[in-house]
Amino acid sequence: MSSQPTETQAPTRRRKPRPAGTLYRGDITGLWSWVLHRITGVAIFFFLLVHILDTALVRISPAAYDAVIGTYKTPIMGLGEVALVGAIAYHAFNGLRIILVDFWQWGTTHQRLLSWIVIALWVITMAGFVPRHLISVFTGQ
Amino acid sequence: MSIAPAALPEAEAPILPFTVTLIIRRFDPEVDEEPHWQDFDVELYSTDRVLDALHKIKWEVDGSLTFRRSCAHGICGSDAMRINGRNRLACKTLIKDLDISKPIYVEAIKGLPLEKDLVVDMEPFFESFRAVQPFLIPKSAPTPGHEHTQSVAERAVFDDTTKCILCAACTSSCPVFWTDGQYFGPAAIVNAHRFIFDSRDDAAQVRLDILNDREGVWRCRTTFNCTDACPRGIKVTQAIAEVKQAIMNNSAKK
Ligand code: HEM
Ligand code: SF4
Ligand code: FES
Repeated sequence: MSSQPTETQAPTRRRKPRPAGTLYRGDITGLWSWVLHRITGVAIFFFLLVHILDTALVRISPAAYDAVIGTYKTPIMGLGEVALVGAIAYHAFNGLRIILVDFWQWGTTHQRLLSWIVIALWVITMAGFVPRHLISVFTGQ
Repeated sequence: MSIAPAALPEAEAPILPFTVTLIIRRFDPEVDEEPHWQDFDVELYSTDRVLDALHKIKWEVDGSLTFRRSCAHGICGSDAMRINGRNRLACKTLIKDLDISKPIYVEAIKGLPLEKDLVVDMEPFFESFRAVQPFLIPKSAPTPGHEHTQSVAERAVFDDTTKCILCAACTSSCPVFWTDGQYFGPAAIVNAHRFIFDSRDDAAQVRLDILNDREGVWRCRTTFNCTDACPRGIKVTQAIAEVKQAIMNNSAKK
């Protein structure tokens, strides 16, 4: 048939779906370093928020402050501190890398090397911190 | 010819094709609500490219498979697609460079509206390209009978960004562009860079002002996906960084 669909017969135009598909295979020195930077940045933000609130408690009631801080002295919180230090160390080193990439031409051409340096510095920092910290958490000094 | 077979070197084994599985993300806007994956087994040689595999499927198995290609030699920029999770040109991706013990995943580039199978609507991409005024804007005409001259060193400053073929592999590899379609995207910035740093051009400031926008260069988070994706080997992230610096240096002077 040659009859043209009229305006009312025309199917309503569906929203064109955006393809989802596979996860983009980014590089650990590229895409994933940024994903981690954002995750650690947001995590540090929420930590600081809670930390400012609990520290502010001391002005309201020192007893309540002591009680809250006391609940932090558990092995679970000890492990949480490992995650916190890990996140801050990564965000700080990687943030310096991003600054170098932004302001220094050598940084954009050698960014892969810079990213591996960030990972190495992070590993060294954690190797220095984690054993000592966990010993003090689990032996109670 | 009677002597020919004897003259052939004996060790020359016949080159045999092997079976490769492609898993292609299909979408037919007339019947499908959502895109879906479909498997194809094709006989290929190691010298074949992903584009040859798509041709084989389209010509011999399923003529409805839809994709864009024109030159088949990495020049026209038609066939950027996501191959095994990375943006590549199908015509420049050799089968022998892929791990064929596993299926090859092929899907449309991300962040642009999907039209059909591997075809996306490139209009938003070209809109950003046009917005940066990607053409020479000289203040004065050259002396009659001459052209605008340029030294080798002046030409070298923007040589890298002259190579762009507008395939959109970079822009559609950018996580910022995926979530914010308003972002100009790497390709538009690359093509702005090509004229901003051209000594014959006098409208650098116009383009820098356009890119000094909320949706301009400052959206870039230096993930380097674009640099990895560019089939022309353009240092895309570096070009963006140079534009950022040009904006900063200009406004510092004021
Ligand atoms: C230790 C010193 C720090 C350095 C050197 C640093 C560096 C940076 C840099 C350079 C960026 C820009 C990232 C980009 O351009 O993609 C950034 C982003 C960010 N930072 Fe930090 N930062 C530090 C501390 C913090 C702290 C304490 C917080 C939390 C309150 C934080 C939260 C964030 C967040 C949420 C982002 C956004 C991530 C994004 O947009 O991708 N940073 N940081
Ligand atoms: S910069 Fe490279 S990836 Fe981006 S559109 Fe141009 S050729 Fe394609
Ligand atoms: S078909 Fe022209 S670039 Fe691949």
